[in-house]
Amino acid sequence: MSRQPTRDYALALGDDALLMAQRLGEWIASAPQIEEDIALGNLALDQLGQARTLLSYAGSLSDPVRTEDDLAYLRDAADFRNVLLVERPWGAGADGGPDFGVAMARLLVLSTYQCRLYDGLCASTDATIAAIAAKAVKEVDYHRDHATRWVVRLGDGTDESHGRMQAALESEWPYVEELFDGSFVDPTLIDAGVAMHPSTLRPAVLGQVADVLSEATLLVPDDAPVAAGGRRGQHTDHLTELLADMQGLARTHPGVSW
Amino acid sequence: MSTLTTPDAEAVWQIVASVLDPEVPVVTIEDLGILRAVEVDEAGRVHVVITPTYSGCPAMETITTDVVAALAEAGHTDAVVEMVLAPAWTTDWISEQGRRRLEEFGIAPPQARSSAGAVPLVLSVRCPQCGSPETRELSRFGSTACKSLWVCTSCREPFDHFKAL
Repeated sequence: MSRQPTRDYALALGDDALLMAQRLGEWIASAPQIEEDIALGNLALDQLGQARTLLSYAGSLSDPVRTEDDLAYLRDAADFRNVLLVERPWGAGADGGPDFGVAMARLLVLSTYQCRLYDGLCASTDATIAAIAAKAVKEVDYHRDHATRWVVRLGDGTDESHGRMQAALESEWPYVEELFDGSFVDPTLIDAGVAMHPSTLRPAVLGQVADVLSEATLLVPDDAPVAAGGRRGQHTDHLTELLADMQGLARTHPGVSW
Repeated sequence: MSTLTTPDAEAVWQIVASVLDPEVPVVTIEDLGILRAVEVDEAGRVHVVITPTYSGCPAMETITTDVVAALAEAGHTDAVVEMVLAPAWTTDWISEQGRRRLEEFGIAPPQARSSAGAVPLVLSVRCPQCGSPETRELSRFGSTACKSLWVCTSCREPFDHFKAL
């Protein structure tokens, strides 16, 4: 089998994790309490670790071979394959800073999806992907647990927290469906048992999210026009801004090591 | 798990096994179950296999450097350290000695994992300071990826708990 389809698959999953890591890292020193600064920093570190293994693998399958740093720091926005969900800023909270409700809504959706995805990929016929998934699945289950607790606490909290949590969900919902769009996965990978078709994850992921929302007395948002394009390299300007920040050092000082 | 291929392999294993974890410097990488294999080939080259606790564990680079340095100090200047992901590390691999050392250091050791579910149900964590079972979790995430933050309601001291994974 050609290496290109597996490379592209690992790249897309790695980009999701990389950008989620970068965005989560923005919460350090900005979260509602210091324990949360630490928690979101830990989550960012897990996502970054998963991104490193996935991008290292994608790089090893590239021609010519590329390192994880090459892929993280030396690609332009159009070469990234992440879903739009993870690249956007955290919205604007009541104080003008990032919105914690948006963070928990996004984390709930992404981590529930990643739990199901990595759980399935533990049985991948590709030994490297299976090994990465077996480590990652245990980590993202902690992320899902964390998001679940917050969403329930805020949704089933005061009128203020309930309203803001519902608004946060509405803002993220148009970006959920792209997670289940499998058009970026080469069909040969599905047939060979290397990859999971994302659409097969949809019922379980949305069902589990709906259960949490129900417990949180929140409403599942109505179907919204789907925002997509990230898997094809069509991104929002937010990604360009994020990359300018994330890649600045590596691009300003080519070959720098740290 | 060790693969011993030459007469001095046991001695080489001991050198590598004594390397301390940089973030919890009372336990060795052997205690933690991070050290998976040490092989010495006929040319004297040492091949060390380690596995990360968490995907993003930032200590792996330091551990690699420390292993190479410990071997070089003992005269084994030709060494390679390989990092493998599978099988995935679990806190069940922490040795009895490792658990004892963690507790003496003030870190409540992990409980055995149940077979199902990645986030284990924690019934009670004993305070490593006073031994009281009257403790509560402050935050599931602590100073490093592998620890959660707890407080003892008997002696009022906060402490780290090495969480099950």
